[in-house]
Amino acid sequence: MASVTLDNIQKVYPNGFKAIHGVNVDIQDGEFLVLVGPSGCGKSTLLRMIAGLETVSDGTMKIGERVVNKMEPSKRDIAMVFQNYALYPHMSVYNNMAYGLKIMGLSKAEINERVQAVAATLELTEEQLSRKPRELSGGQRQRVAMGRAIVREPSVFLFDEPLSNLDAKLRVQMRLEIRRLQERLGITSVYVTHDQVEAMTLGHRLMVLNSGNVEQLGTPIELYERPASLFVAGFIGSPAMNLIDKKVGANGTSIALASGIDLELDSSKLKSYQGKDIVLGVRPEHLELATGADKALPLTVTLVEHLGADTLVHGHFGEDQTDLTLRQSGVQSVKAGDVLPVSIVKENIHIFDPQTERRIDL
Amino acid sequence: MIENRPILKILSHLILITGVATVAFPIWITIVAASHGEARMTELPLPLWPGGHFLENLDIALNQGLWGGDGTGVGFMLFNSMIMAMMIAVGKITISLMSAFAIVYFRFPFRMGFFWMIFVTLMLPVEVRILPTFEVVANLEMLNTFWGLTIPLIASATATFMFRQVFLTVPDELLEAARIDGAGPLRFFFDILIPMSRTSIAALFVILFIYGWNQYLWPLLITTDQDMFTIVMQIKKLLEGGEEAPQWHLVMMTTLLAMLPPVVVVVFMQKLFVQGLTETEK
Repeated sequence: MASVTLDNIQKVYPNGFKAIHGVNVDIQDGEFLVLVGPSGCGKSTLLRMIAGLETVSDGTMKIGERVVNKMEPSKRDIAMVFQNYALYPHMSVYNNMAYGLKIMGLSKAEINERVQAVAATLELTEEQLSRKPRELSGGQRQRVAMGRAIVREPSVFLFDEPLSNLDAKLRVQMRLEIRRLQERLGITSVYVTHDQVEAMTLGHRLMVLNSGNVEQLGTPIELYERPASLFVAGFIGSPAMNLIDKKVGANGTSIALASGIDLELDSSKLKSYQGKDIVLGVRPEHLELATGADKALPLTVTLVEHLGADTLVHGHFGEDQTDLTLRQSGVQSVKAGDVLPVSIVKENIHIFDPQTERRIDL
Repeated sequence: MIENRPILKILSHLILITGVATVAFPIWITIVAASHGEARMTELPLPLWPGGHFLENLDIALNQGLWGGDGTGVGFMLFNSMIMAMMIAVGKITISLMSAFAIVYFRFPFRMGFFWMIFVTLMLPVEVRILPTFEVVANLEMLNTFWGLTIPLIASATATFMFRQVFLTVPDELLEAARIDGAGPLRFFFDILIPMSRTSIAALFVILFIYGWNQYLWPLLITTDQDMFTIVMQIKKLLEGGEEAPQWHLVMMTTLLAMLPPVVVVVFMQKLFVQGLTETEK
């Protein structure tokens, strides 16, 4: 058990490319932190720096109370699960799990005890333990990779997109298993993924990375309810948040949605944006079908996706060609070409500065 | 071929059979000649079917040698050849594994420089550097020793290059997983890399064993003591009978003996050999 502290961690490659621009985070003992971001954002690099597989260019990294900047991976008391599992192909499943323990110098009896216990936890049968990794299915290999990590009884688990090679159904199942396992073992975990659903469901906290910068760090609900930047707003939530370019009215307290329809705000925070552009964000699930005739926006439907539980309606407001998504629960009998009256509620909007791309709090 | 045309079938079989016969006929003649007595081999036409002196000839060739037995049968030469071929094959594999490991997994100054230096030696086989190499071996007093027979032949660019390619296909994650498991470079080398290269090592062993076994020029140069002769050079010497006619039945028997070990190696390691050259999945 240990906390992980990153203090202004930076990574600069020898060719001058700066992959990580100063990350500060204090991962609590037993916390599950998810690093999420698009490919190339530096999330894997950051994880590999914690693992000791990449050098730290600047800053201080601590696991527990020890500074580990220059420490070998095996000395850091960590275990890692790789995307392609990285099981030793010539060793049986048992030996894959036992290899690290052998190097630690544990007795045969103790190794056997630990491996059997972990195998039981992960529901690996005796017969599977004697097989070679290539004779297992993807899900089973994934389990073995986790087993190899658990059996070391590390202070920190590192996961590098462990579910991305599995099919969709298995992914959901393994996701739950990882969650349960982490809660039961209570081991500090850092998990890298580009899948925001995985991130939202697994993490106690999420760190959204974008080209080596931390966009936001917070609980899944904080990120969902108060995205700190346009990037986070677009990244968290599926389907993505609708982002529409709008102007603040001359009075500084309303946003002109369409000609003749203004959204009145109770706040005076937009005073300095009088007559200027802002980006208005509304999540698809927060766009509502207007019941009365009060200030409804006409949404011209271009495409309808039926998911069964939900219906996603794509369309745009009149002349404004920005593509919008509206999410309605249940099966809706809407078809392309329809015009739906849609209302925007001011409690559910997000406003961003188009220049700084940061959130403007109301 | 999907079409079923009898004439084409016959023709293609004819070509294949001709090919097989062309390769197999000389070997057949060797076996036949090795099984006849001395007298029959001097008569014309030469026999095409085996005779009844096979075991007798085998005994003479192995234990007595030519011309009524001067005590130098080729039995010990088979042994010499075996030691030489094994030392060359094992030595080449060991050195190449280590140098490929260094080149692929370690970052040291002039790494690629060293790699290309090794690579360039492909152009410098023993035949090209024979005088300086002989000089070195002679100065080290390794003439007429197994070390002298094998060491100059051991450095191998081909094997180094091949192992480099094999190591490059090993996923980086395996190295990283091993590092997290606490395996140092040597452990990684012995516990993971070598077992993973098993089939390639076997394939290379077959090739290198035959290469070592078939050495002719180098053993001829550095062995003057008959105790160190190898069987391949002995075949040539058997024909230098001075005034007398060559004893073909014994020459052929010796040839047969010389052919045998490579055949055995190929037959028994065929499966690994094919796997090692074709397997791509790691």
